[in-house]
Amino acid sequence: MVKALACLALLLPALAWGQLRIEIVDGVEGAMPIAVAPFAWESSQPEPATGVSEIVSANLRRSGLFDPMAERDMIDRPTRPPEVRFGTWRLLRVDHLVIGRIVDGPDGWGHEIEYHLLDVHTGRILLSQALPVAPGDLRFGAHRVSDAVYEALIGIPGAFATRIAYVVVTGLSTDDEVFELVVADADGHNPQTIVRNSQPILSPAWAPDGRRLAYVSFATGRSNIVVQDLFTGQMRTVSSERGINGAPAWSPDGSQLAVSLSRGGSPDIWVINVDGEARPRQLTHHWSINTEPAWAPDGRHIFFTSDRAGRPQVYRMDRSGDNVTRVTFDGRYNARPSLANNDRFLAVVHSDGDNDFRIAIHDRETERLRVLSDGRLDESPSFAPNGSMILYAARQQGRGVLAAVSADGRVRQRLVVSEGDVREPAWSPIIR
Amino acid sequence: MKIAIRFAALVMMAALIAACAREVTPEPAPPEPTPPPAPERPVETDRLDPRDFTDARNLDNPDSLLSQRTVYFEFDRSNVRAQFRPIIDAHAAYLRANPSARVILEGHADERGSREYNLGLGERRGNSVLELLRAANVPARQIEVVSYGEERPVCRESNEDCWQRNRRTEIVYTAR
Repeated sequence: MVKALACLALLLPALAWGQLRIEIVDGVEGAMPIAVAPFAWESSQPEPATGVSEIVSANLRRSGLFDPMAERDMIDRPTRPPEVRFGTWRLLRVDHLVIGRIVDGPDGWGHEIEYHLLDVHTGRILLSQALPVAPGDLRFGAHRVSDAVYEALIGIPGAFATRIAYVVVTGLSTDDEVFELVVADADGHNPQTIVRNSQPILSPAWAPDGRRLAYVSFATGRSNIVVQDLFTGQMRTVSSERGINGAPAWSPDGSQLAVSLSRGGSPDIWVINVDGEARPRQLTHHWSINTEPAWAPDGRHIFFTSDRAGRPQVYRMDRSGDNVTRVTFDGRYNARPSLANNDRFLAVVHSDGDNDFRIAIHDRETERLRVLSDGRLDESPSFAPNGSMILYAARQQGRGVLAAVSADGRVRQRLVVSEGDVREPAWSPIIR
Repeated sequence: MKIAIRFAALVMMAALIAACAREVTPEPAPPEPTPPPAPERPVETDRLDPRDFTDARNLDNPDSLLSQRTVYFEFDRSNVRAQFRPIIDAHAAYLRANPSARVILEGHADERGSREYNLGLGERRGNSVLELLRAANVPARQIEVVSYGEERPVCRESNEDCWQRNRRTEIVYTAR
């Protein structure tokens, strides 16, 4: 067995460096026509293979809200505002234009992306910025440009300069399975395996600082909750109680984790301090399964899954554990609530029967539930930090894939990794 | 840095290829089999009664209930069905007779629904078996429940045939 594992390890580096490919399944009709002209490379350093403007264009397209013009269709390639002939762009039926240049950073350190967003119809400059970028960080710089353009035109912050975490499982049977926790840019580039184990890994959760992940590891043969620093790689077990240690969720201030522990006999919601000081505090006291806590953005309430009424449904309580009220009533099964930047919309795993599990959004204001996905075994919804998209896990031809759907259900994407079973996605907060 | 990793990977790969390659080199011919020694005791006393649930050999005897160590459950349920009671009773008898024996009751769920909820469901299934063992006077220190939820399926297709094989509690002996 050990030998088989070692031989399998031969294949691993290739898999870990394999990249997510994002396919757009459905876009929005009437997406905004925009052109991102090639940014001029005016830096003394060698030019990367993929240009900043290409990345910006791909990001905007992926959001489903924009229809960027192909570079080959551009008649003109302005890089500074005085060079723009608005008439030409009007004829090309473009509403907005992004132009820019990449120059050396101050004292030759890194780069600066100088870019402008223009309204083709009025000729006005909507946005101008010189964005400093650290060496080797041009892709991330391009994501920040995308975020700024998105915010200027859509009115809410973009979520391109973010990362996603997910679990990849390779191996054909329990004996040779390998679980990897991977962190990648939100567009699937730059995947890095941060931990690898022959035992299950699940439920990655981003700290509000975007620097640490909490997750559940079975490395010891039992479930533990581990917090790992992405920069130093340092790992710390923060909960290893008897029974289940599961479902970590960071408080908005990053000091506490709401978790599900069964040390009292059945799974209940507890709160632990991330620094390991102070004893765990029990919030629910019920013989049923209570798990999958999710904090309201203000930190004053916690949503969670409980089957206290017979089937799993979503409940809400004060952070003290008081005032438990049931939130979802539509359907037989509503679980794993995920929140974005407000506590009005909850993404959940929803089922009407026993066989089809889909991602739905529950609107707490209208008390309506809307099914967004169309798979049979969709799970693990995770809101983008700006509330625009929901990332989730689905099964396709017998293997796990990631998919994303816009909160209004109009835009669909599939994220395909070359090898293995992909599951348990978690979208990071906006990284400043 | 990346070059260093690549190099390390290369070295590791070379070592592994060597290790893997060794596996396919022909083994030396096995020595001539020696005739088994004559039994020192009469065969009769050695005959294994498959209903003797105190005898460790029955854990590996396919004719004995002790060799059966999986209890299956219905969807979203955790009650032990009547047909599995005799298996649990057999293990209870073994554990009572062998105080140094230890078991982990591994609770599992099928893939439907959310993973963390399924951890809870798996634990419930482990606990159902635990309670029956405890009711049969097995001391608590001999038993531990570990839930794997849906993370360790024995069957990987998305259909009821597979699902019913995955909804289970496995009785795993960590000490006999």
